[in-house]
Amino acid sequence: MVSIAEPVAKPATPFRFLLDRRDLLGAIFVAPAILYVLLLVGVPFLMAVYYSVSAYTIYDPSWSFVGLANFEQIIGDPVFRQTLYNTFIFTFGSQILGLILGKFGALVLLRPFFGRKFVRALIILPWAVPIALATVAWQWMFDSLYSVINWTLIALGLITRSEAPNWLGNPHLAMLSVIIVNAWRFFPFAIVIFLAGITSIPQDVLDAATVDGAGFWRRNYQIILPMILPITAIGLIFGIVFTFTDLSIVFLLANGGPVGATSVLGFQGFQTGIVSGDVSHGAAISLFMLPVLLIVVIAMLRFIRRREI
Amino acid sequence: MAAVLTRDIIKKFGEVPAINGISLTVPNGEFMVLLGPSGCGKTTFLRIICGLERQTSGDLLIGGNVVNDIPPRARGVAMMFQSYGLYPHFSVRHNIAFPLKTQGVSSIEINKKVEWASQLLGINHLLDRRPRQLSGGERQRVALARALVREPTALLLDEPLSNLDAKLRASARQEIKQFQQRIGVTTIYVTHDQVEAMGMGDRIAVIDGGRVRQVGTPAEIYDDPADRFVATFVGAPPMNIMATNGGYLGFRPENFLPKDMIEDDAFTEFSYRVDRSEYLGSERIVYGAVEGFDPKQVITAKLPPAHVAEESIRPGQWHPFAVRNSALRRFDKDGMRASRH
Repeated sequence: MVSIAEPVAKPATPFRFLLDRRDLLGAIFVAPAILYVLLLVGVPFLMAVYYSVSAYTIYDPSWSFVGLANFEQIIGDPVFRQTLYNTFIFTFGSQILGLILGKFGALVLLRPFFGRKFVRALIILPWAVPIALATVAWQWMFDSLYSVINWTLIALGLITRSEAPNWLGNPHLAMLSVIIVNAWRFFPFAIVIFLAGITSIPQDVLDAATVDGAGFWRRNYQIILPMILPITAIGLIFGIVFTFTDLSIVFLLANGGPVGATSVLGFQGFQTGIVSGDVSHGAAISLFMLPVLLIVVIAMLRFIRRREI
Repeated sequence: MAAVLTRDIIKKFGEVPAINGISLTVPNGEFMVLLGPSGCGKTTFLRIICGLERQTSGDLLIGGNVVNDIPPRARGVAMMFQSYGLYPHFSVRHNIAFPLKTQGVSSIEINKKVEWASQLLGINHLLDRRPRQLSGGERQRVALARALVREPTALLLDEPLSNLDAKLRASARQEIKQFQQRIGVTTIYVTHDQVEAMGMGDRIAVIDGGRVRQVGTPAEIYDDPADRFVATFVGAPPMNIMATNGGYLGFRPENFLPKDMIEDDAFTEFSYRVDRSEYLGSERIVYGAVEGFDPKQVITAKLPPAHVAEESIRPGQWHPFAVRNSALRRFDKDGMRASRH
């Protein structure tokens, strides 16, 4: 008789079937990711905490404990308070603008039209283009002399040469500029989120609303928006966390200027801690993001849970 | 409440025709069932009536007025969808109130109407729940309440029972029918289930390939099918249809009996070879072939088990069977009824 499954010939060592154990195999697969997070997020975070309660600078690298003195100092500093305020304006301004653009973009892309697939692929570009390249392009758009926006406005006869705004030179316009660029980067992501949300609404519900007498706006604001609110909020959390901690656009487009008008937490932390070498204050500034983001995220998650349908 | 009338409605999706000219009159207060296989255009037709689709050509009249270009919200019809289409983020109360809110009804009036509709369907105790907290049957009632709350000119139901289990379906069938009779609203009910159609419809319109094959009472549809499609679509098992020279001969399985059971004088005899039989308690379905016709064609007989002796249907043998002449139906070579008795 032929036996299909050969009986175990060798004596089973304790290690022979080790990889058949689910828990062990799972741990092995997850280990690289955990290691990565621990080394590149966990360790720097703990080092930031360590430095923020010290008087460490790169000129005087001796460690001495100073408690929360660094935090007291930065809170008392009007420049830091301005930066904190800027960070909120930058984050929420660009998120709101991005969401509005995303919602309209999604509505446009939902309807079938010639070349829709092409436009769908194209519209994802702002998100896919390397941030440095895109920002350099935007720098030309906002240039004091060669601004494409200004040239267009002048050509249309809307403004004269002398009235042309200096986008990156005026504090308010500079903030508006970094918000516009960030919203431009964020809105394809918002479109994707909105599209996913809207297409997940059963057609029956939308049809029912139509037959029940709801027109375009009522359908949008009383049926579609409330139904996609949970997924939108998740997208918004991502957007807020990424924007709140971001410094690349501010750094590349306006370098925090003019006179700190576009300085955000990440930027100031970098300037103070790395460029100026005041590591302890830089760490304290960066750590300031943590409680703020924690509150925002917890509040939004609670909101989603309450709205859960 | 109003009559619904269509005149030669045609609907094409691009080049693909979905409805090829349906003219149908549903008088005020009638329960009309649109019966057809899936993809026959019955749901599209319903969507045209409520205004979710625009017909390619033809007229639609509700209450005597042409409503071709009137948007859904102004037509005053209510529709209940296959999966109900309840608003998941609203409470039951808010769901029922929604059609009134869109009409700008005052909140006092809304409260009264919601009370009335929920009372009618026995869902008062559910008003503060969300749809996901309801069972299938409860959801169906909420959807019905929402459809009825603004006293629609016509009530359109798109396979409303298909999401219920078999037991619930039977009681829901009863309920919808009773309810419709009580308030007397003109109702158009789409289904592919002939039991629902036969059991509920005042009249049935059998639809296939975007055309109405026959309109009539359940008895007319069953006893006098207008063509081979209707004959084989309605009835389970379907009517036996056998090719004869220049046409077809049809008879229902329950009319195909052992010869000695026929009491009428005028009958047509067949020699029937029984291949297999299924005992189903209240009936016995017998499968076999008839001598002189296509031997591969399965002819079924539905017999009352209590009155049929085992030996008269023994498998593998030929038995004398017969059909009363009054139960025979003839169709011409195109499948249309040749002559009515």
